[in-house]
Amino acid sequence: MARELWKGNEAIAEAAIRGGVEAFFGYPITPQTELLEYMAARLPELGRTFLQAESEVAAINMVYGAACGGVRAMTSSASPGISLMQEGLSYIAGSEVPIVLIDVMRGGPGLGNIQPSQGDYFQMTRSAGHGDYHPIVLAPATIQEAIDLMYEAFPLAEKYRTIVILAADGSLGQMMEPAEMPPARPLLTEAERPSWAVRGARGREKRIITSLFLKEEELEALNLRLQAKLKHIAETEQHWEEVATADAEYLLVAFGTVGRTCKTVVREARQQGIKVGLYRPITLWPFPGPRLRKLAEQVRGILVAEMNAGQMLEDVHLATLGRCPVRFYGRMGGVMILPDEILGALHDLIADQPADPAARRREP
Amino acid sequence: MSTIPIPTVEEIIAQGNLVYKRPDALADTWTHYCPGCTHGIIHRLIAEAIDELGLRERTILVAPVGCSVLMYHYFNVDAVEAAHGRAPAMATGLKRTQPDKIVFTYQGDGDLASIGAAEILHAANRGEKFTVFFINNAVYGMTSGQMAPTTLPGMVTTSSPTGRDVALHGYPMRMAEIIAGLPGACYVVRRSVHDARAIRQAKKAVLTAFKTQLAGLGLSMIEFLSSCPTNWHMLPPDALAWIRDTMIPYFPLGDFKVADGVEQV
Amino acid sequence: MHEEIIFSGFGGQGALFAGQLLAYAALDCGLHVTWIPSYGPEMRGGTAHCTVVIADEPIGSPLVRRPASVIALNLPSFEKYEPLVKHGGVLVYNSSLIDRRPGRADIRYVPIPANDIAEALGNVRQANVVLLGGYLAATGILPLAAVETALDRHLPGRQRRFLESNKAALQRGAACVLEAVPAAPAEQTANPAAAAD
Ligand SMILES: Cc1ncc(C[n+]2csc(CCOP(=O)(O)OP(=O)(O)O)c2C)c(N)n1
Repeated sequence: MARELWKGNEAIAEAAIRGGVEAFFGYPITPQTELLEYMAARLPELGRTFLQAESEVAAINMVYGAACGGVRAMTSSASPGISLMQEGLSYIAGSEVPIVLIDVMRGGPGLGNIQPSQGDYFQMTRSAGHGDYHPIVLAPATIQEAIDLMYEAFPLAEKYRTIVILAADGSLGQMMEPAEMPPARPLLTEAERPSWAVRGARGREKRIITSLFLKEEELEALNLRLQAKLKHIAETEQHWEEVATADAEYLLVAFGTVGRTCKTVVREARQQGIKVGLYRPITLWPFPGPRLRKLAEQVRGILVAEMNAGQMLEDVHLATLGRCPVRFYGRMGGVMILPDEILGALHDLIADQPADPAARRREP
Repeated sequence: MSTIPIPTVEEIIAQGNLVYKRPDALADTWTHYCPGCTHGIIHRLIAEAIDELGLRERTILVAPVGCSVLMYHYFNVDAVEAAHGRAPAMATGLKRTQPDKIVFTYQGDGDLASIGAAEILHAANRGEKFTVFFINNAVYGMTSGQMAPTTLPGMVTTSSPTGRDVALHGYPMRMAEIIAGLPGACYVVRRSVHDARAIRQAKKAVLTAFKTQLAGLGLSMIEFLSSCPTNWHMLPPDALAWIRDTMIPYFPLGDFKVADGVEQV
Repeated sequence: MHEEIIFSGFGGQGALFAGQLLAYAALDCGLHVTWIPSYGPEMRGGTAHCTVVIADEPIGSPLVRRPASVIALNLPSFEKYEPLVKHGGVLVYNSSLIDRRPGRADIRYVPIPANDIAEALGNVRQANVVLLGGYLAATGILPLAAVETALDRHLPGRQRRFLESNKAALQRGAACVLEAVPAAPAEQTANPAAAAD
């Protein structure tokens, strides 16, 4: 298939269609709306289900209902809408139904604005609802990567019976870039429906999908099982990209759009003779900490850049545990970070480091 | 010593003697409902209708949050458990992706008329092709008797200790009438289960509602007036009489919408 | 090659579409490209702008502080971006609407009476395409033919009847620059006022 110029939101929608989505339920919100509109035009043509729900609350519960039948169902929204979906997400997590959700993040808190942001990092990675769980959170930096991650999102969600969130931001949703679409995957057949799906108790015992476990031992057992599963996911599903880390003395850590911006920073800084590399987490949960810890032992300092007040920063601290100085550069309110700002922050970081690496190790 | 032979259970329920049995759609188990609560009667009517129409193996139940939260244990059908008020949204997702299945929600008045008001209104307005059994007991049962959107004027509940003040809380909502006003709703009636006659009529409505769904028509909903002796602080017979004497005058029984094509039983 | 271009104008002047045409053309030429709009409340009435980055290697940041080129369709855009154009860069502007003396000596000014040309061709709304033609001629970054192909492929359905006039607009914009700048390095001769700086 040839490379074509795709708008981010539409590319994600098309990748979902090729990936086998059977039902989409959503509610308009900028900067995500083109995704919903694309689905509205395409899904009915293909004989699949599209419905504009009355709210995000309803949309996520429609997804939940459809997914209970083992149907590949998804929704997309932007920050305020994700807040409304948190109730449904928690039920979905508790009943271990696989679904896919796109968050095209915008500036917050509150109504905020419609400009790009990464302010939902905590909301998505910590649990995205009440109770103990984590969705798998994927953060593409380019439209091609968004397509590839979306395409694999349903198999991933089904493999672990979990929520997969594609964390984009307004700029990725709105920008255009050449990308190649994968071939359409065949839709699930009746025989391929999962063994837990609720599709009518024809010639078998009835099935119940619930997140209610009134006896504390039962609910604790569910939680222990969920935690074991999450531990397994955490060990097997960490993904990241490294740029120029082999000889790096300094390291940028950034995800999504800011991650790609940092590639420009690496190029420009290296032209100035600064040995800097980039560590770009692709899975935000599970956060790819172990490799970062190794790099922290190699470099003289880390600069984390995010379009928020420092959310992934906490994961970087948890991963590196003081092995090297960690600085932060962030913009909020929908302000996009330009390469020269990060370069400036990098220079500040370098200026503050003692010339002698041994001296650094003696710091408290 | 007289020797009257005691028949075994199997002898008693021999085919010829059988006049009343547990419907296949009901599970062989006890329920947790309070003595005198009419949820059980309504469960049974639904289960009988499922059996009579031969729908058990293609039915999916969407349970609510409320006293009937555990009803999936009581039915022998595939089931899902919705969040409080969201059953119509879940049912929409199920029915839209499995249109050959029979999908029904079962919701209390807090669930349907308060926290889930948007979901039921829009499901009805879209003409979703599933069935809603709406249990109006004028209170929040599960959380032990707070005011519901259907609590009658002046009625004392734990959260309206001096009686429902309509100046403060508005009037009780007549949901059947409201839903019937939406073009997407095809069969909307109110029934009661306070006596045998009412129960027989309610059963016919349940059959009609399922047949409406089978015919592929829009939303079918039955509002049941149901008793809550525990939270009404009444003996069960008094609670039934209270439905008749106090609830029905405010919530009249009747058919509020019977669209063309609905085949009434 | 790594070229950043900002297209900026009033909402409705077609700055975003002109940028998309360039992006399509870059793709057809086998280059890497990104197109990113400003899509804020600005879309309603204020200025609308987009940034296009064209490069022969994968593109990191889709945004730049100091673009190599700016195409200004209206005065506010000229005023906003004139100071930001990179040293040695190009500012192509709509001289039908922008009556300003160039203020910098280190960039190249390319005035094009785009509204007048478009109006003469019968559709003032093609001023954006006139300017794009002028930009291509001034920089030689992509062949004009690549943008013509992009027009063939991507002019939206309801605008297809304007296909030929759009191509004419593109060519007239290019011709305007080529005629005004006969020899390549004669910087700023397109605008005598600039030469006075
Ligand atoms: C979001 C949310 N809010 C509140 C509750 C607590 N809650 C559980 S049941 C219920 C009321 C149920 O009343 P009703 O729907 O009338 O059903 P009944 O118990 O009377 O059958 C409430 C408020 C909840 N489970 N979820």
